Amino acid sequence: NHALMGSYENSSDSDLELSTVRHQPEGLDQLQAQTKFTRKELQSLYRGFKNECPSGLVDEETFKSIYSQFFPQGDATTYAHFLFNAFDMDRNGSIRFEDFVIGLSVLLRGSVTEKLNWAFNLYDINKDGYITKEEMLAIMKSIYDMMGRYTYPCVRDEAPSEHVDKFFQKMDRNRDGVVTIEEFIETCQKDENIMNSMQLFENVI
Amino acid sequence: MAAGVAAWLPFARAAAIGWMPVANLPMPVAPAEKNKRQDELIILNVSGRRFQTWRNTLDRYPDTLLGSSEKEFFYNEETKEYFFDRDPDVFRSVLNFYRTGKLHYPRYECISSYDEELAFFGIVPEIIGDCCYEEYKDRKRENAERLMDDQEDNKDAKLPNMTFRETMWRAFENPHTSTMALVFYYVTGFFIAVSVITNVVETVPCGSAPNQKEVPCGERYTVAFFCMDTACVMIFTVEYLMRLFAAPSRYRFMRSVMSIIDVVAILPYYIGLVMTDNEDVSGAFVTLRVFRVFRIFKFSRHSQGLRILGYTLKSCASELGFLLFSLTMAIIIFATVMFYAEKGSSSSKFTSIPASFWYTIVTMTTLGYGDMVPKTIAGKIFGSICSLSGVLVIALPVPVIVSNFSRIYHQNQRADKRRAQKKARLARIRISKTGSSNAFLHSKRNGLFNEALELTGSTEDEKRLSKSTSLLESQHHHLLHCLEKTTVSVLALSHILNHEFVDEQYYQQSYLEGGLQNYPSRSPSLSSQDGVTGTCCTRRTKKHHTPLPNASAPAHMQPLTHTHTHPQGLQELSTIHIQPLSTSRSSLNMRVDEPAPLNCQSSQITTAIISIPTPPVTTPEGDAHLPAGPTHQNVVKVSAL
Repeated sequence: NHALMGSYENSSDSDLELSTVRHQPEGLDQLQAQTKFTRKELQSLYRGFKNECPSGLVDEETFKSIYSQFFPQGDATTYAHFLFNAFDMDRNGSIRFEDFVIGLSVLLRGSVTEKLNWAFNLYDINKDGYITKEEMLAIMKSIYDMMGRYTYPCVRDEAPSEHVDKFFQKMDRNRDGVVTIEEFIETCQKDENIMNSMQLFENVI
Repeated sequence: MAAGVAAWLPFARAAAIGWMPVANLPMPVAPAEKNKRQDELIILNVSGRRFQTWRNTLDRYPDTLLGSSEKEFFYNEETKEYFFDRDPDVFRSVLNFYRTGKLHYPRYECISSYDEELAFFGIVPEIIGDCCYEEYKDRKRENAERLMDDQEDNKDAKLPNMTFRETMWRAFENPHTSTMALVFYYVTGFFIAVSVITNVVETVPCGSAPNQKEVPCGERYTVAFFCMDTACVMIFTVEYLMRLFAAPSRYRFMRSVMSIIDVVAILPYYIGLVMTDNEDVSGAFVTLRVFRVFRIFKFSRHSQGLRILGYTLKSCASELGFLLFSLTMAIIIFATVMFYAEKGSSSSKFTSIPASFWYTIVTMTTLGYGDMVPKTIAGKIFGSICSLSGVLVIALPVPVIVSNFSRIYHQNQRADKRRAQKKARLARIRISKTGSSNAFLHSKRNGLFNEALELTGSTEDEKRLSKSTSLLESQHHHLLHCLEKTTVSVLALSHILNHEFVDEQYYQQSYLEGGLQNYPSRSPSLSSQDGVTGTCCTRRTKKHHTPLPNASAPAHMQPLTHTHTHPQGLQELSTIHIQPLSTSRSSLNMRVDEPAPLNCQSSQITTAIISIPTPPVTTPEGDAHLPAGPTHQNVVKVSAL
């Protein structure tokens, strides 16, 4: 009987283990120190976060489904995948609230250089410090995928690669086939459109 | 967008910074967040029970009572709370809807009180989550049926304006409506019984004269039977003709099963009248008389049970078919075996395999007539195997089929329900998707008007327009707009709206031909979705004040009809925009005709053009709605201005 009970408890323990994978974020004070959000903003952010992900962790599938809801006409999953990797800084397959809020802090309250750094990090898929044409092409295709098939004028198949060529023309100063962070930041700072658009979302929260 | 996901909109917008270095065009201006206030708790006092929630939570669904300014009517100044004199228990579900985005139907709640509360708070019941939807629909159907039964009980009084024909039909269908109908019902029933009994007794041998052999009564009392038959057939014919006359749809009535049975029942008599006593055809005539037995099926009008039996047989046809098939397999196998086993025996009755079928069937169904019996030892062995397996093969499926009857019967009903719900669910999802895309298009146009109006300086119109989209929606639309700018193309929604494939060439052609001409007429599917489309937020089906759903010309006139200065604004629009249009049209034309590479420089002119192609069925009213003035294409955003 005891052995049976033991084995029963073991199995129920393992069940318990699986279901209570959850994560509690660091304290409000620490997060306030790490980010540029006020206390109230952090509270409001966490409420939204917790509502959608009660376990405190966002895995990639949930992330993709949330992001796809904003782009019903196209396929946002590839871009969401790249975004997920950009937010998931410690590469453990799930985004905790701290990652989320730190990323948002850079995007919304960071300096222009920080934002450009973040964008570079997004484009650099393998995080080796260089953006290659293949990486940029993947990113570009994912952006165009989000538009869906029903656009006007119709997005042709060559549009992403042409866009990539233009991008490299603009960014790759020394024509070595890759864009480094310095080239990227330098070129962006010279482009008025890009500089203006970086300030676009500052009042989001 | 679901409620909870709306909280992630700031994140999605922030992530849009990822597109900025890639885009070559300047981005549209973000919607201004006027009077942005800190989120506050509001108190909802429902019959004394206080609920508290964030104001933002309620603002997620601006089309409901709590999400719009309608709740201000219930604001109590002294206590600084919103007081509703309603049921607090049901309010719990209503408030949870705002919190979680899913509406649940509690089982203990009465369906009509729940419906009333939903109607009061402006929530459409269709958005009940799948977990509770089946229950809700079941209860609603039961309630409706009960109400209908109650109504029918009260419906004994004849409705005043029914024509004679309608009265007759009602009398036929429901014998309890009037005494005449009841009399008719019993008379026909009686004659059906008489007819059937006559047919039966006709063949019984009556007493015979001593020196003659026994004759069936039919031949002895020919005249009497003939008179009976004639009378019955006359009654049936009259009844059939009366039903045909009274039927609301004669064609449908003639195709129905009951009428076919009627016809088959009386036809042999008429054929017999027509045919003479010809020896050749009298054999066929005798066969025809068999069909007279179909008169017994006329009883199914009188018996509900027969009808149910017929229906269940029909619905279990596949099961029965399978049983038949497996039986046939077994019969063939055993008949073959028995034939070859008994081949050796001399006076064997098993002359061929088909002859052995009879033996196999009789044995397997454990009838055992004994007219065919195996004589060889091998035959006897196989015969016993046959009878043993017969027990299994016959006895096992029968209870399965019986339980299948009830299972399939209920399952059919539930499967149909589930299929309808799935269709409804997909339709709802589709509607909400198109709704959000429609809303995007519409708000772009509104944004366009906003800009034009800013230029012309009329602020009150701007206020009215901006009220039509909530802040959330305008932010979402701004996000989509940035994406469009990044990819230098524009969302066109014909496919999503109409769910039909629009030929690409047709599309381009219509653009080339349409050019700067009239705006294409509104798509009929949109207009039919008037009450239900919208953003994913709920929409009250009865409310007319939904400026968002229609993404077509008349709809963008809708906000215009609120204020009459808009035609003015439109004309201004056309003057402002025609010029860039001409310059960029050439570049776009180039794109359409030749596969020229995307010319970044020329598209700096930043005119994005949406055209919804004319669907194959165009409603004439769409054109009529256009005011005489603007003959321009729907230009959306000219940020170069």
